Amino acid sequence: MSFRSHGVERRESLARRHDAPGASRSARVGTRPAPAGTTGDARALTGLVLAALVSIVLFVSIGTARAAGSAVPLEQPRIDQGNEKSLQRGAAHFVNNCMGCHSAGYNRYSRVAADLGLSEEDVERNLIFTTDVDGEPTKVGALMTNNMTKEYGQQAFGIKPPDLSLTARSRGTDWIYTFLQTFYLDDDRQTGVNNLVYPGTAMPHVLWNYQGFQVLEEGAVDEEHAGDGHAAPQLVLAEAGSLSPEEYDDMIADITNFLAYMANPIKQTSHRVGILVMLFLLGLLVVAYFLKKEYWKNVV
Amino acid sequence: MSTNISPGDARPVEGTSSGKGGEGSRLGKAGEGLLNWVDERFPLTKLLEEHVTKYYAPKNFNVWYVFGVLAMVTLVIQIVTGIFLTMNYKPDGQLAFSSVEYIMRDVNFGWLIRYMHSTGASAFFVVIYLHMFRALMYGSYKKPRELLWVFGMLIYVALMAEAFMGYLLPWGQMSYWGAQVIISLFGAIPFGIGDAVTIWLKGDYIVSDATLNRFFALHVIAVPLVLLGLVVGHIMALHEVGSNNPDGIEIKKNKNAAGIPKDGIPFHPYYTVKDLVAIVIFFILFFAVVFFAPEMGGYFLEHANFIPADPLKTPEHIAPVWYFTPFYAILRAVPDKLGGVIAMGGAIAILFVLPWLDRSPIRSIRYRAPWYRIMLFVFAANFIMLGYLGVQVATPLYTLLSRIGTLVYFGYFPLLFILSRNEKGKPLPDRVTYQGSATADHGVDNDAEVAGAAAR
Repeated sequence: MSFRSHGVERRESLARRHDAPGASRSARVGTRPAPAGTTGDARALTGLVLAALVSIVLFVSIGTARAAGSAVPLEQPRIDQGNEKSLQRGAAHFVNNCMGCHSAGYNRYSRVAADLGLSEEDVERNLIFTTDVDGEPTKVGALMTNNMTKEYGQQAFGIKPPDLSLTARSRGTDWIYTFLQTFYLDDDRQTGVNNLVYPGTAMPHVLWNYQGFQVLEEGAVDEEHAGDGHAAPQLVLAEAGSLSPEEYDDMIADITNFLAYMANPIKQTSHRVGILVMLFLLGLLVVAYFLKKEYWKNVV
Repeated sequence: MSTNISPGDARPVEGTSSGKGGEGSRLGKAGEGLLNWVDERFPLTKLLEEHVTKYYAPKNFNVWYVFGVLAMVTLVIQIVTGIFLTMNYKPDGQLAFSSVEYIMRDVNFGWLIRYMHSTGASAFFVVIYLHMFRALMYGSYKKPRELLWVFGMLIYVALMAEAFMGYLLPWGQMSYWGAQVIISLFGAIPFGIGDAVTIWLKGDYIVSDATLNRFFALHVIAVPLVLLGLVVGHIMALHEVGSNNPDGIEIKKNKNAAGIPKDGIPFHPYYTVKDLVAIVIFFILFFAVVFFAPEMGGYFLEHANFIPADPLKTPEHIAPVWYFTPFYAILRAVPDKLGGVIAMGGAIAILFVLPWLDRSPIRSIRYRAPWYRIMLFVFAANFIMLGYLGVQVATPLYTLLSRIGTLVYFGYFPLLFILSRNEKGKPLPDRVTYQGSATADHGVDNDAEVAGAAAR
């Protein structure tokens, strides 16, 4: 599997996504009729401020870039917070492969159960692998912590593996997805692997038995970067894992989806409530508008 | 008379209760009795009349005149949500960050309260900036409204302090390092005073638990008290001199026999129902952000603020929240640290004396000379450009643009001072423009009808 091809595709789609609404939005403002009763100058200034507001909105919608410091373009996986099955798979992968070292300490198992359509028994049986201080299995109402101490983490990796509750919000889902995709063999590293997104990461390639091992082909200059003399790194699968590249991509997309859920578990609810609030306010707007009209009909 | 608003329409509240028969009138009588009892002991009716039912506002307000009310609404949102946040937030260096996540996940509707508060902070500045721009457009800062403007500026400064201290409380990386950067600005004061001041502000040698605690106290008690006092002063000053309007002429110069401005209408019910429409539209926009885009692409809630504060790890790019960025761009534009701090402070301070820098007697942009329109346009566009530059990583091009922008910003004021001395504007109308044409006396007395409308 070539990482490059993904990157290019993603950048084009990004450009498409941002160009289209931008054009239509500014066009709409340009043709917007000025409110009645304003004179020309005020209308021009109103237009200016509206244009400024629109450009700010546009600017904000594009401004999702985080200071990731990675040399490679990040790929946005196709994830859907409404896809319960994907989230369940992601949760299973997460507790099996990640939670030995990484906690998700702002989340509770019981909340995960409720949000992902699982029973608490399901979660206790399949997703809880940790014990509490008394050695009993962690209770379903507990936070998703683990037993990785700061000292042990420093001893094993040089740093305590960070809590992943909010990583999807601080780094972005594109970062997580691309990070999990771009481990490659590097003899200079203690873990034997390095990463394109996060060079020098202390994390070993935990998912190696699924993905296999990739090697970095230096100097393979693609057309896009030929001009600036910058050789884009290319990853080639050297040793196959238990999953095909496509299956592996699906797996890490599920993990990314679950991390995105954990970072903002309220998102789905928020959208549902938000739509109801919008409908109510639109109804209220109609009432308020006619109330105003009724009162003001005598003002001349 | 010109407007159909009768001078006798002033007590619509009572009109409502006395207008109905049977049970209603008995209840109405009881209500009136209670009101009289209160009025003999507290000027309730007097206050209501002075500030609401007999406060005559010009009838020609356009959309720019809704932002004062919206600022009040936002203030209420911030106070109410703030109270509920305080119930669950822990101002403690070890617990602050996780207590915010606890609010977001485990407190019933905590996510809504928190997002309303975080979005409210940005909304407050959006509304205030538009409110201030309105004052620039229509000359609302000019005589006799200089103190009104000064009160407004004080509110603006208090609001900036409030927002800055509030931003530290989530105790994320950007909270922490943003505060570190801003406080370190005081270190630019020479003669060793600066260092002492920064330590005094922080209560420690670095931003720490002590800083968090005092910022919490200032954010939830001290500054809000000041803010509320200033808002009361702002409104009292406004109601003393009366509202300006898009034509920038005094409606008090044209009064009817009863001493009521011919172009004035009672704030209630006319502007209460009109502002209600504005408030609902504002809520639609506000809650769209709260429910669907609370991070606003990283500008309302910065991405790095989802990482707990770490005094040992500086983020790659420290940018203040968007509402400070025009001034931050000015700070960075000046090569010298002390000079930058002075420029930044001066950029805000100079606005205080704007009423005395603008010497033109013409208030509204509608009748001012063309050069003023161009200048105001450039000033506003430049302010937005500085705001953009303030979020960006400084590159040579951006630094150059910031410097030009800083010169344009400060150039506005002396240029205004010089040019406004002998301004050739358009002739002012005698009466306000309403629905596209100048108001004239209609000669039809339909007072009764309007009194009825007001009472409904």
